[in-house]
Amino acid sequence: MRRGVYLQMMEHPPRYDLATGRGLVACPRCDALHLEEDLSPGETARCIRCGNVLAKPRAGAFAQLIALSFTSMVLLIGAIFFPFLEVSTFGFGNASSLFDVALAFSSGVLLPLVLAVLAMIIGLPILRSFLLLYTLVPLAQERPPYRYAATAFRWAEMLRPWSMAEIFVIGTAVALVKVAGLASVHLGPAFWAFCALIFVNLASRAFMCQTSIWDAIEDAGLATDDRAPTGPPAEAIPAPAPGPRS
Amino acid sequence: MSALPEDRAAPVLTAHRAGLIGCSSCGRVWPVTESHCHRCGAQLVPPDRRGLQAVWAWLIAGMIAYIPANLFPMMRTQTFAGLAGNSEATIVGGIIELMHYGSYDIAIIVFVASLVVPIGKFIAIAWLAIVAGRPATVEQAHTRLKVYEVVEFIGRWSMIDVFVVAILSALVQLGFVASIHPGPAAVCFALSVAFTMLSAQSFDARLIWRGLPLRSRST
Ligand SMILES: [Zn+2]
Repeated sequence: MRRGVYLQMMEHPPRYDLATGRGLVACPRCDALHLEEDLSPGETARCIRCGNVLAKPRAGAFAQLIALSFTSMVLLIGAIFFPFLEVSTFGFGNASSLFDVALAFSSGVLLPLVLAVLAMIIGLPILRSFLLLYTLVPLAQERPPYRYAATAFRWAEMLRPWSMAEIFVIGTAVALVKVAGLASVHLGPAFWAFCALIFVNLASRAFMCQTSIWDAIEDAGLATDDRAPTGPPAEAIPAPAPGPRS
Repeated sequence: MSALPEDRAAPVLTAHRAGLIGCSSCGRVWPVTESHCHRCGAQLVPPDRRGLQAVWAWLIAGMIAYIPANLFPMMRTQTFAGLAGNSEATIVGGIIELMHYGSYDIAIIVFVASLVVPIGKFIAIAWLAIVAGRPATVEQAHTRLKVYEVVEFIGRWSMIDVFVVAILSALVQLGFVASIHPGPAAVCFALSVAFTMLSAQSFDARLIWRGLPLRSRST
C-alpha cells in the first residue's frame, strides 16, 4: 500500500516547511520529497516514484529485534568455541573450532586474510548485534537513549553488507564437496549455529524498520532536531512504543 | 492519495529541486547549508556527478586486483606430502577440476560466484556511473535502479570462493593429511570483491533520477 503523497497535491500546507525541510522525508534512493505521515503497525510506506520502502513499522518490532540480536550474539559466541568441523582420515580424528583455526594461523603470512574472514563471519555480526542492543534496549524500556545511540545505529546499518554468515555457510558446503573423496568430514555444532544464524538474520530483516527507529531515537529525547525543540512534529511516524516526551 | 500507474510519469518534486538536501542515511530533509544530518550524524551529500569519482576509484582498484586474482593460484594442494602430486589451481583451473570430478553443480556455483558475478558487476557499475545524471525517461530510470539493486544485492556473494579457500586451509590444521595453502590470488580476490562492494556503496542512486526531464514527455 502506497502512502506517499505528492507535495503538489497536499491539502494541509502548514504541516511542512519547504524552507527548512521540517515535516518532510526525502527518499534515499531517488530524492523524491514525501510528507511525514502516521503509519499504523503493519502498514508499509513506499516511495511514490521508485517504490523504495520508506517505513514499515511492525507491532512489537523493538522487542523482537532485541531478542533476535541477543540470540545472534549467543550463537556467534558459541560458534567461536564449539567444534566447527571434525575430520577423520585413516584413524586420525580431530575436532576444531574457529578459535583453534585462528590460533594456528597466528604467525602466517596469510594472517590478514584470516583476520578479514573472521571479521566478516564473527566480528562484524557480533558488533552489529551489540550496536543494535545498545540502541534499542533503552527505547524498548521507554528510557532516553544512550548518548551515542544515533551513531551506533548508523554504524549497525552501514556494516550490514559486510557481515557474511550466510555466504560463509554456502562456502563451507562447497569446500566439503571438494574434499569429499579425501577425508570424512563431520559438521560440528558451530556449523549448525551458523545455519541458525541465517534464519535469525532473515527474521531480524523482517522486523527492521530504520525510519521507526530513527523516529524513536528522536522522540525519546536525543536532542537532534533543533528546529523542533518541543519534540517532533505531530505528523511524524510514531514508533511502536513511543517514548516519553521530555 | 495513492500513486496511480500514470502518476509515475508526472514530475515529482525532489529535495534537490526544492533547494533542500535529503539525508541518505535516515531520510530527514535539511537546508542545503547544513553539512551533517542533525538526527543521525551522517554527512549530507548533494546528488551530483562529483560523487562518481569515488565510484570510479574503487571500481578501478577492484578491476586491478581482479587481474592477479585470476593469474595466480587460489590454493596450492600437496597430497600425501607430495607423493600423489602437487597442484596449483587458479580460479578457472579449479572450476575445470570440479567438472572433471563430475561435480557440475558446485562448478556452476563457483563459476557464477567467481567469474560471472565479478565481471558482470564491473560492467554494470561502469555503465551506471556513465549514464547516471544523463537525461533518461522514467522507464530507463527504473531499469537503472533495478540494475543497481541487483549489483548491490549480489556483490557480497562473490566472497564464497574466499571462504572455500579459508575452510580448505583450515582443514590442514585439523590433521588432514593433504596440505592446502591459500595462494596469493585468494588475497587479491578478497580485495577485489571488497573494493567493488565499496564502489557500489559509493554510487548515489539519487543520481539515476537527476537526469529525468522536469516536464514528462507523453510517451
Ligand atoms: Zn540523517
